[in-house]
Amino acid sequence: MSRSLTASTAPYRAVLASRIRSQRSHRVSFRVDALSSLLVGVVELAEVAVLYLQVEGIGGLDLRAVLLVFAIADLSFSLADMAFGHCDNLPEYLRAGTLDVFYLRPQPLLLQLVTSDIQLRRLARAAVSLAVLVVAVGLNDLSWDPHTVGLLALALVSGPVTFAAMFVWAAGAQFFLLDGAETTNAFVYGGRYAATQPASVWGRPLLVVFGFAFPMAFTAYLPVVTLLGLDGASRIGLPDWVGWLAPVAALWAWAFAAVSWRLGTRHYQGGGG
Amino acid sequence: MSAIIETHGLGRDFKVRDGLRRRTLVAVDDLTVRVEPGEAVGYIGANGAGKSTTIKMLTGILVPTRGEVHTCGLRPVPDRRQLARQVGVVFGQRTQLWWDLPVRESFRILAAIHALDAVEERARTDELVERLELAEFLGTPVRQLSLGQRMRAEVAAALLHSPRLVILDEPTIGLDVLSKQRLREFLVAERREHGTTLVLTTHDMGDVERLCDRILLVDRGSLVFEGTLTGLSATVGAERVVTVDLAEPLPDLVDVEATTHRGSEGGGLRQRLAFDPGATTAARVLAEVSRRAEVLDLTIEEPDVEDVVRRVYAARR
Repeated sequence: MSRSLTASTAPYRAVLASRIRSQRSHRVSFRVDALSSLLVGVVELAEVAVLYLQVEGIGGLDLRAVLLVFAIADLSFSLADMAFGHCDNLPEYLRAGTLDVFYLRPQPLLLQLVTSDIQLRRLARAAVSLAVLVVAVGLNDLSWDPHTVGLLALALVSGPVTFAAMFVWAAGAQFFLLDGAETTNAFVYGGRYAATQPASVWGRPLLVVFGFAFPMAFTAYLPVVTLLGLDGASRIGLPDWVGWLAPVAALWAWAFAAVSWRLGTRHYQGGGG
Repeated sequence: MSAIIETHGLGRDFKVRDGLRRRTLVAVDDLTVRVEPGEAVGYIGANGAGKSTTIKMLTGILVPTRGEVHTCGLRPVPDRRQLARQVGVVFGQRTQLWWDLPVRESFRILAAIHALDAVEERARTDELVERLELAEFLGTPVRQLSLGQRMRAEVAAALLHSPRLVILDEPTIGLDVLSKQRLREFLVAERREHGTTLVLTTHDMGDVERLCDRILLVDRGSLVFEGTLTGLSATVGAERVVTVDLAEPLPDLVDVEATTHRGSEGGGLRQRLAFDPGATTAARVLAEVSRRAEVLDLTIEEPDVEDVVRRVYAARR
């Protein structure tokens, strides 16, 4: 790390290190939390597995393919949740005045919010999806050519980034909603659920919301159909190579998140918006 | 040298929903003040007079609806991050410490947040720990501190980066007499040694009297008095009341210099005298009474800010 980078990240590292130490010092509670997080991951997996074991396939995906979709979507979500999930606490921060304290520190507000906490217990859930990913990659008999590696890597980077944007978008919306966490959760957690399902069977309204506005279909489903050469993309009127556009979707999600955050903070400060 | 705080016609409205209609609430209106470096200013007024709103505009949390504001020569909202390095704020009601961490850890994190180097951090932490007597609970998690301990830790946290301007919002609220006293002594010393500018909002007349050179009194968002405490007392007749218990009964003490007799009990064994702190002192009153009879005990009632404020408000309406 260069010197200036070390210096400029010091405030965030100091906070995060203290959060990690604190979680590690409460061992029992951390283990219980991690275990429950693991169980949630397993239940989510069981739900998908049970469904697809009963049928030949849904929307052009069979069990093997949907496991890959599930693994990528859930791994992405868990990682984003670990780093950004506490953005959900914004209403509480607003009530307790914690946000005002952020304004009194010489760092950007959003960076302070994001680095104010980290939920290591979510690693347990990420571990479940990682294990599923390893199995699914094996089941699908992938050839390790640049096409496969490139697409997988792209999906695994774009996915967490896209989900992270969802958390930031939701936080920005909280400034207007106050106690509206349920409303935004419908999109954030509903989005996670949608991401683990084949977009080809969604109705049109769902497709508009989670396919494009919140680009959940780009986190796992579209990269997987492109990867496996399935016809899922054309079923919803997109070209077969559309999975490569996952980073574009991530950028779009962040543009959306940035606008939401900007409007939210402007509203809070009362500068219009 | 330029002013630390300079506002010109500063105002802030809030839109509030009143049933179905929306109306505009004027929280701060046409506030023009100037605070020079090194000054200590008491910003007082009733609840809802617009004090917190003003503080938020001074520190860049709120955007003013009208007027201009410069804090440390900077525009608070656009220059917020630069300003944060020069201002320390203590909110009596909210914390900037990490509740589950030992006090020492919170200071370390804040030192990183304000980019203090190791030498500065060490020197300043040691100074604050000594002055505010924090050593005994440095290793205690914040959630386990008493209110008095937590306030001292909060003040240290806000002052760790040696800000030029310190804003304290109700710093002594809920504290016992001894904790208040310690905190006031600390603030006086901090100001003397570092030339720190202090702005405090308070309901405690003792804070104003012992800490502030100048008072700004606000009512319904507007500045209604600006000057010294003596001046304010003179304007509204804020008095202190001394109650003396005497060894032998005396006739009503109506002729003690610069006091007003407020009543007697026990046939003259206990007497209450009111005086203007600008005109005489408790010691002089006591000396005068002692010449006539032995004083066994005495209590002094301070006029509280509420009372002074009520009188000013009453005079205006």
